[in-house]
Amino acid sequence: MAKASSSSFYRFKPLNLGRIVVWSAFALVLLVAPLVFRSSLSHTLLSQMGIAIIVCLSYNILFGQGGMLGFGHAVYSGLGAFLAMHTLNWASAGNMPFPVSLVPLAGGLAGLLFAALLGWITTKKSGTTFAMITLGMGELVWAMSLMFPEFFGGEGGISGNRVLGAKPLGISFGPQIQLYYLIAIYTFVCTALMFAFTRTPLGRMLNAVRDNPERVEFVGYDTQMVRYLAFVIAGFFAGISGGLAALNFEIVTSEVVSAYRSGAYLLFTFLGGATFFFGPIIGAILMVLATVLLSEFTQAWLLYLGLVFLFMVMYAPGGIASLVMMNLRVVSFGLFGKLRLPYLGLLLTGMLAFTGIAALIEMVYHLQLNAALNPVLNFMGVMLDTHGVLSWLSVGAVAVVGAALFAIACRRFAQVWSGIQGVIEAEIQRREAAP
Amino acid sequence: MEFFTISLLNGVSYGLLLFMLSSGLTLIFSMMGVLNFAHASFYMLGAYLAYSVSEWLGFWPALVLAPLLVGLLGAGFEKFCLRRVHKFGHVPELLITFGLSYILHELVQLVWGRSAVNYQIPPALHGPLFTLYGTQFPAYRGFMMLVAVLMLVAIWGLLTRTRIGLVIQAALTHPEMAESLGHNVPRVFMLVFGGGAALAGLAGVIGGNAFVTEPGMAATVGSVIFVVVVVGGMGSLAGAFLASLLIGCVQTFAVAIDSSLMGAAGALGWQVTPETFGYALWKLKISQVAPILPYLFLVLILIFRPKGLLGTREG
Amino acid sequence: MSSITSAVPALELKDLRKSFGRTEIIRGANMRVQAGERVAIIGPNGAGKSTLFNLISGRFAPSGGEVLLGGVRIDGKKPYEINRLGLSRSFQITNIFPKLSVFENLRCGVLWSLGYRYSFFKFLSKLDDANRRAEELLAMIRLDRKRDVLATHLTYAEQRALEIGITIAGGAAVVLLDEPTAGMSKAETTRFIQLIREVTVGKTLLTVEHDMGVVFGLADRIAVVVYGEVIAFDTPDAVRANPRVQEAYLGSPVADAQGGAH
Repeated sequence: MAKASSSSFYRFKPLNLGRIVVWSAFALVLLVAPLVFRSSLSHTLLSQMGIAIIVCLSYNILFGQGGMLGFGHAVYSGLGAFLAMHTLNWASAGNMPFPVSLVPLAGGLAGLLFAALLGWITTKKSGTTFAMITLGMGELVWAMSLMFPEFFGGEGGISGNRVLGAKPLGISFGPQIQLYYLIAIYTFVCTALMFAFTRTPLGRMLNAVRDNPERVEFVGYDTQMVRYLAFVIAGFFAGISGGLAALNFEIVTSEVVSAYRSGAYLLFTFLGGATFFFGPIIGAILMVLATVLLSEFTQAWLLYLGLVFLFMVMYAPGGIASLVMMNLRVVSFGLFGKLRLPYLGLLLTGMLAFTGIAALIEMVYHLQLNAALNPVLNFMGVMLDTHGVLSWLSVGAVAVVGAALFAIACRRFAQVWSGIQGVIEAEIQRREAAP
Repeated sequence: MEFFTISLLNGVSYGLLLFMLSSGLTLIFSMMGVLNFAHASFYMLGAYLAYSVSEWLGFWPALVLAPLLVGLLGAGFEKFCLRRVHKFGHVPELLITFGLSYILHELVQLVWGRSAVNYQIPPALHGPLFTLYGTQFPAYRGFMMLVAVLMLVAIWGLLTRTRIGLVIQAALTHPEMAESLGHNVPRVFMLVFGGGAALAGLAGVIGGNAFVTEPGMAATVGSVIFVVVVVGGMGSLAGAFLASLLIGCVQTFAVAIDSSLMGAAGALGWQVTPETFGYALWKLKISQVAPILPYLFLVLILIFRPKGLLGTREG
Repeated sequence: MSSITSAVPALELKDLRKSFGRTEIIRGANMRVQAGERVAIIGPNGAGKSTLFNLISGRFAPSGGEVLLGGVRIDGKKPYEINRLGLSRSFQITNIFPKLSVFENLRCGVLWSLGYRYSFFKFLSKLDDANRRAEELLAMIRLDRKRDVLATHLTYAEQRALEIGITIAGGAAVVLLDEPTAGMSKAETTRFIQLIREVTVGKTLLTVEHDMGVVFGLADRIAVVVYGEVIAFDTPDAVRANPRVQEAYLGSPVADAQGGAH
């Protein structure tokens, strides 16, 4: 019996080079990004991305790792923001020297405490019931935020000033770039901690609970306790994110605990990909880009978002991360060449269809919201008259033709793709069978 | 006394409206295991469609057409979208209805604008139904209650007395068996989802003009009906009925009561001042607390009776 | 071999009852299993065998009666409490962690018994005892070559083996196996029974089985469950000869198995 065992657990484990490279690259990107993107808009975006990364990763502890779909995560990031702001103001009033750089930790503590308080009842149930409970809890806190203006600041919220106290090394956190680096440090540390969590007993049992909650009970673990502890940990990191947001915007309003925000966390974490650790990072970046940039381009951005989300749920439930990984797998088997042409077809027909459909949507929006001013819409350089039949017909034609061509391209792509998958499966079988 | 009676009647009519919505939600959940996040959006759509149809054809045609249109939309969604994610499990089903709610919210604003629309009660139903102690009870509220009750009786009758109802009940617990007996189970699901959507649309038709018709109406009522369903017990129609009436009445009463703990203390001779500890809580009027009462119920039920009032499922 | 002593029985059922609504499924089951015994539970379909397992392991709470594990009452306790006291079970429908690898599946089964609780401060890769135990189990159930394969990609028989592996991972003294060979071919069954024999050395084993060859080959004693009662609990030969059992369940195939002896 001892034969096979001895060779397997005295495995020679050299330093995991791949992992070191990835984390170093991550740190490098965080460090260098504001130097590459120099405008103040970029710095604002980057700061918000860092904050979003932390909160989306914390949401994924529950959603992707624990299988708990919740609609109330903004409660914990929001309460963290409020408490952090109060801490900041309290320190500003000269009560006690409290370094600004530690204010987000106050937010984290708030997130932790509230999650500990509300978490036990919330995790009493699982699945769809859990989803509804989180929705109700979120509404409860949001409604309460209007009831206690002393803590929540009423309509105007609570504001503060992050430039206070001693300025060690001349760092006041006034300029955005300084705050960005503070956020970057928190982002790196929190990401590392949350990744480490996935490699602990609790993290693994959380996955087991997601896969088979009943079986977990029969190996000695209390399923609810596992969920509860994960809930509290997720609340902690959400609170840190909220604290950083409080510093970044220097104002916190009750919107931070709203159902809208919780929904955004869910939407973008799913879009980024809940089944891989780095998926929410992609989702967080998209979240910031969409809410800040896309909303400037078009009034229809929420509609586009909803449609993209719908398609993702139907055709790519693993999110963008899973799409990336699936393609990487194809590359690793050396079969990507076959996909070049189908992808090109998808891209071209997709762009055509999208142009037509987007133009239609924009024209309708324009008609509804702006037509009083000027019936002509400037769509990507083309002048479209929302009152003219010709414009409508031509746009409609583009949309219809584009959609039809896209459907054909999709079918062709699916054929090639499943063919490749078959080859890959066969190869895997072959490799497993060989000793 | 008149306050009590009128408030009770108002509360019951609101509760019945809540039940119209939560019953559709419960039916869809029981039949298909899908929690329809877009249910309140169907409610909103029903109200808006009724507004447009009644501008064009009048209220009474709208009462029939609007729910029909919403039902068709629901059935179409089930056939083309929901069915595709059925094999992925319950979480993707919930997510796709969540996505639908986003899209419907945007589409409604696109077509009808971002502010409230003037969806009116039909002139035939204006005025009081009866006057009690000098306070009027609106005829329209009575009409709402009538429609709600009729609808529920019809549903009950359909499920228990007709062949299609029996098939639905069979497909509920044993879809494969029902299918192997020759029943078209996917079509049954489409019917159930469309039917639930139509019910929500009907609720919108009669509720939209009693309350306000605006893009935010889905969100306000949406979370309340989820609370109703959990408080009543997942999958229990009777529980949803009880919880709807309870929450409807409690909220209606609370909104009208302006007293606070501070006032009560004052009546007992204690003076509560801004310096008193917890002043923020003392000075809260019950009417201010009214919006969170359903959620407080939720918390209490989860602590003391997690199965729900009349729940049978282990959620 | 079993030792019929008057020591505290490893598992005891006292007048165990369970009703679902108004239907009484288990109607007063009595049984005393000694430590180290191998017991096979047989009976017609619908007799309540799986329900008995569910009652013992805590999946359902009994409507009446007692279940004692080593003299300690466990009826009404939660499944994880019962598991921590030293009772483990497998399922008729394979119940593993589909998105984890085979190795991870086994390791999950081991964690609590080694005292790791809800720790989020230690790294799994550094838990030498847990990793070693998981490797041992891997070898025991002969899935070494599938160590890192996702459990959902295993063949049916391999998944059943993994199921057994998770069941014994925590080192429970009393093991319940619910139709472990269900759906297997003759050859697979024979191999599997050998595996069960190996991995349950020194443990008390209760297994629900339909395959008579397996039952008579594996069991020290057989319990016959009919309509929610244990109508016989004796050595295989005694059970074979028991007229009540013959009438209720075994019928003519027993006469055939006995050859021309009667």
